[in-house]
Amino acid sequence: MSKDNQVLEELTSKEYEHGWTIDIETDSAPKGLNEGIIRFISAKKNEPEWLLEWRLSAFRQWIKMKEPKWPNVTYPPIDYQDLIYYSAPKQKAKVKNLEDVDPELIKTFEKLGISLTEQKRLTGIAVDAVIDSVSVATTYKETLAELGIIFCSFSEAVQEHPELVKKYMGSVVPVNDNYFAALNSAVFTDGSFCYIPKGVRCPMELSTYFRINAANTGQFERTLIVADEGAYVSYLEGCTAPMRDENQLHAAVVEIYAMKDAQVKYSTVQNWYPGNKEGKGGIYNFVTKRGLCFGDGSKISWTQVETGSAITWKYPSCILKGDNSMGEFYSVAVTNNYQQADTGTKMIHIGKNTKSRIVSKGISAGHSQNSYRGQVHIMKRAENARNFSQCDSLLMGDQCGAHTFPYIDVENNSARIEHEATTSKIGEDQIFYCLQRGIDEESAVALIVNGYAKEVLNQLPMEFAVEAQKLLALTLEGSVG
Amino acid sequence: MLSIKNLTAKIGDKQILNGINLDVKPGEVHAIMGPNGSGKSTLASVLAGREEYEVTGGEVDFLGKNLLELSPEDRAREGMFLAFQYPVEIPGVSTINFMKTAVNQILEYRGQQPLDAVSFLKVMKEKMKLVEIDQSLLNRSLNEGFSGGEKKRNEIFQMAMLEPKLAILDETDSGLDIDALKIVSNGVNKLRTKSNAVIVVTHYQRLLDYIVPDFVHVLYKGKIVKSGTKELALELEAKGYDWIKDEVAVA
Repeated sequence: MSKDNQVLEELTSKEYEHGWTIDIETDSAPKGLNEGIIRFISAKKNEPEWLLEWRLSAFRQWIKMKEPKWPNVTYPPIDYQDLIYYSAPKQKAKVKNLEDVDPELIKTFEKLGISLTEQKRLTGIAVDAVIDSVSVATTYKETLAELGIIFCSFSEAVQEHPELVKKYMGSVVPVNDNYFAALNSAVFTDGSFCYIPKGVRCPMELSTYFRINAANTGQFERTLIVADEGAYVSYLEGCTAPMRDENQLHAAVVEIYAMKDAQVKYSTVQNWYPGNKEGKGGIYNFVTKRGLCFGDGSKISWTQVETGSAITWKYPSCILKGDNSMGEFYSVAVTNNYQQADTGTKMIHIGKNTKSRIVSKGISAGHSQNSYRGQVHIMKRAENARNFSQCDSLLMGDQCGAHTFPYIDVENNSARIEHEATTSKIGEDQIFYCLQRGIDEESAVALIVNGYAKEVLNQLPMEFAVEAQKLLALTLEGSVG
Repeated sequence: MLSIKNLTAKIGDKQILNGINLDVKPGEVHAIMGPNGSGKSTLASVLAGREEYEVTGGEVDFLGKNLLELSPEDRAREGMFLAFQYPVEIPGVSTINFMKTAVNQILEYRGQQPLDAVSFLKVMKEKMKLVEIDQSLLNRSLNEGFSGGEKKRNEIFQMAMLEPKLAILDETDSGLDIDALKIVSNGVNKLRTKSNAVIVVTHYQRLLDYIVPDFVHVLYKGKIVKSGTKELALELEAKGYDWIKDEVAVA
């Protein structure tokens, strides 16, 4: 083994820093999944009848569906009856303000570097904090309310704004869209809801922070973002989980609905526990994210930095229905040790003059497998549609794999589609060049990887970009080759 | 400053250096010349610590330290600089960012405070002027899409930034037209002081018209077979390397 490999090894073997747990009393459902459990969840959340029916219908469809086998990942069968579908930190009464929140919970988020208390709040970012199955706090609610912006937990939205939830939930990701979306629809417990009214530009970044704490618990949150005509919002999502030996399931759904001339930018820094060096434990991240550019001239942009999870299966997509609408997907997916990622996007062009842009940067190290899977579909009516795709893979060491599965379907011959793909290795020459300038190997790798991913990192809001850069270096710690 | 004694090295099974002896003192410029495959670039790489080359014998003292025991980055931090024959491209990393990382890691190694953005830019502006390089080049990804001349000029800019005690220029003249050659040589000359030294590795005499050496050494089959002053370079230019080969064969 060369010295480069050793350093790569050290770099990539850095411990996961959010692996702690906190003892919080929880209120949980018994293990297993059946109509009784769904009724239990719905009753716990005091939901209206229509929502219970919606869940039950999702469940009835789900039991007839089969888990998808096409992703380029392998894992032992999941026993869906062995999971807990509802777990909530116990709180004495309904929380009206932050002072009433359990201090242990506040501490949990502080440990993650997210302050929920008024005086220490990050300026310019409103946070909805979700632990296990429920949202514990949402900040800046009042400030936003003055502009007519609704930003709250999903459960609260069900109670306070049922008409909006009823209208838009499932309109972008139908209940039976896929196996995991159906499961989520049946058992989702909380998440964030956001509505930006006509012509309003949301003055701050909205952010949801997800944390899995309890053991044997699946996390099934739903996020729904509705941007009315001409509205703008930038949304951030972050997540961590404790280190546990068993795998934990995370099956979320994110729906974005953009009306005429609305713009939504959704950024994710995904840092779920990836499992240990031998590949034991870690989160199964099976997520459905989709945006609908419903109105003319609307735009949805996905940016993701995927560093965590044992297995990642997600394809944040755009349905470009409105004429002149635009979809973007910027992704950096890093896998190390025994992580597996099958991720990419779908751009479905329906409207005229629709445009999409895909920039995917995969980085594989250790024994990991990293796949890009993307679909560009130009439908019959989509005159003058354009797509540009760039899919790059960077390999570190010789034990890992990088794969690209692009699917292109064109039904309208006025379409213009460009696809570029490259595969490269971090060269010994590049590393040596850095060393010769006095830069140590670890910093050299961080420099090269960040340079490689720059186009994507540049899309992130400032606060997140710095975080993401550090995370990239950390994830790859020990993996030069 | 640099003292090489009986240095031997190989790559794979191939012995390339067969006992190099060389002394470089502060303020001196040494030229190492020789036909293709004589081991010139290998010598530069071995001194910089490239790991493909295995040192099989000999000693190298650099400023009182055993050079061969230092990691490549520590050699750089101790003041050794290699201007590469083929500088690599690092996409997405600007020369500015690259140099900032390097300068600050070197300062840290020496127990000094890192430069903040303002002081760094100030130093950078001075050095840019010195080596006549444009900032637009430094904002671009390191060496990506640079012409041959731009790459070499960028190497000299980096040398200016890092202020090495010993600079090794590996075939810096290759791929340069005469104008670029002048600019690059000018830069090197401006950076010369009484306390630093330069080793110029080159195949041709032409570079030595601009960077005038105090000593010229001819490397052949991994050994220095002849040393002299700058006149030796002119002689080589006029007569080629064959007479040296003949001399060695006779001896």
